[in-house]
Amino acid sequence: MKFMVIVKATPESEAGTPGSAGASAAMKKFNRELIAAGIVKEGGGLAPSSKGMRVHFAGESRSVTDGPFTETKELIAGFWIWECKSREEALEWAKKCPNPMDGPSDIEIREFHRVPYLPEYKSEYIAT
Amino acid sequence: MIASLMMGRGRRNEEGGGGGGTSVAATHRAIEAVWRIESAKIIAVLARMLRDVGSAEELAQDVLVTAMEQWPQKGVPDNPAAWLTAAAKNRALDQLRHRSLLITKHQELGVEMEVRQELADAAQAEKLERIDEDIDDDLLRLIFTACHPVLSSEARVALTLKLLGGLTTDEIARAFLMSEPTVAQRIVRAKRTLTEARVPFELPKGEDRAARLASVLEVLYLIFNEGYAATAGVDWMRPALCEEAQRLGRILAGLMPNEPEVHGLLALMEIQASRAAARLGPKGEPILLLEQNRARWDHLLINRGLAALARAESLGALGPYALQASIAACHARAAQADATDWPRIAALYDALAQLTPSPVIELNRAVAVAMAYGPAAGLEIVDALLEEPALKNYHLLPSVRGDFLFKLGRMTEAGAEFERAAGLTRNARERSLLLERALDCTRALPPG
Repeated sequence: MKFMVIVKATPESEAGTPGSAGASAAMKKFNRELIAAGIVKEGGGLAPSSKGMRVHFAGESRSVTDGPFTETKELIAGFWIWECKSREEALEWAKKCPNPMDGPSDIEIREFHRVPYLPEYKSEYIAT
Repeated sequence: MIASLMMGRGRRNEEGGGGGGTSVAATHRAIEAVWRIESAKIIAVLARMLRDVGSAEELAQDVLVTAMEQWPQKGVPDNPAAWLTAAAKNRALDQLRHRSLLITKHQELGVEMEVRQELADAAQAEKLERIDEDIDDDLLRLIFTACHPVLSSEARVALTLKLLGGLTTDEIARAFLMSEPTVAQRIVRAKRTLTEARVPFELPKGEDRAARLASVLEVLYLIFNEGYAATAGVDWMRPALCEEAQRLGRILAGLMPNEPEVHGLLALMEIQASRAAARLGPKGEPILLLEQNRARWDHLLINRGLAALARAESLGALGPYALQASIAACHARAAQADATDWPRIAALYDALAQLTPSPVIELNRAVAVAMAYGPAAGLEIVDALLEEPALKNYHLLPSVRGDFLFKLGRMTEAGAEFERAAGLTRNARERSLLLERALDCTRALPPG
């Protein structure tokens, strides 16, 4: 099961203030554990929304706004894509994560839509 | 040690104190998830302490059972991994002390010395502050032991999934369409075989190493293919095998970063898996690679696979898995089917045929050569395979030959080959497709 694991933004991540050295070391260690467990497919930290852009769609019209965006609660600071066997496993990994921020913060776990798995015939061509 | 963990650390709130049925079930699911994350490392450490994989796994199971019994009432510890590891190590120490007592009774000095050394080693291992490298080595030892050639192929697969995949016996059984007792017995026998054969819990060295590594890679690819080719999938355990094989491959690549074929196999699995969503049509009908909608290919997986392939290439000459991955990569890099680098694929099949010659590889090479250089070139290769005993009842041989003959305008012969192929395939859909092609040949003939 594929999950996007989202580190929600905080005023501190939006301000672009680097976290404490200890927090960063703990997060690096956690990332190494994730990779060693073979479950990370992708991941990264995002620059604050002051460097971002928004495209607004309404019918045929498009409008573009530059960041920063004020609704911190709706923003994200980083993400992973994990492959886990179950929701519970994704949750247990998230619980092992050190606090991504210096203050209170949230990590949100979202499952990707499942690809329907249908019967398949076995082809002996190497290239199928 | 366990006591201090229980008193010093808190217990989590969210599962709630005991009582309701749902809360116990939720706790069990959480424990299973923790177990899947931690069990391989725990078993690996125990195996080194006890020098026996079978005892290690049993002891680990006991600890799991205890957690399943106690945590619904007492709550899940804040650091469940630490609790489980400490509990397991303590039981292992108990077992070693028990062994030591038995030996003292029998006054076998030589053996007693060995057990004392074991206890000393175990005391070392007891240090909770471990450097990661120790755990990595133990994990690698566990992988090599589970895939030991003294075990049958099926036994290696089952043991690997149990010890390293953290799968339950039931999950393994469902994945391979077998009964749980059969799988349970297979695992018991496998552990017994390892004990009786006195397989040491060590990393293979020297000449042994290449063959042992090949055995590990073979097991992983077997698991992958079982998942990739799974039929009648209502049970998600079958395709989940695909993911599990990739995950174990990633773990192995992390533990053996300088082994090119480890990266080669990982690349092959990830690139093959990238096509999973595009392999089937809306009615569940299979879609050949060249006809697949490439927008449905998982490009994240493709990029990961290409990165793994690049690592393999940087480590030296390409082995069989890396070559197969390179072929898969040629397809993956082509935005559309007609952008495929067929000459490169033909050359790669040529290299693969040199390393691991086989009639099926030669047949695939013929297809690639035909795509690159025309059907006559392909036909030449296929004609050399006509007497090949291994391909006698293989429907793809006449199917491919028919396709070449068709493209060369030799309709009568082509039609005959498609009909022969239709007679050999056991797949109904494929049969009707081949008969359709035979009919096309007849229609293409001039009247009279």
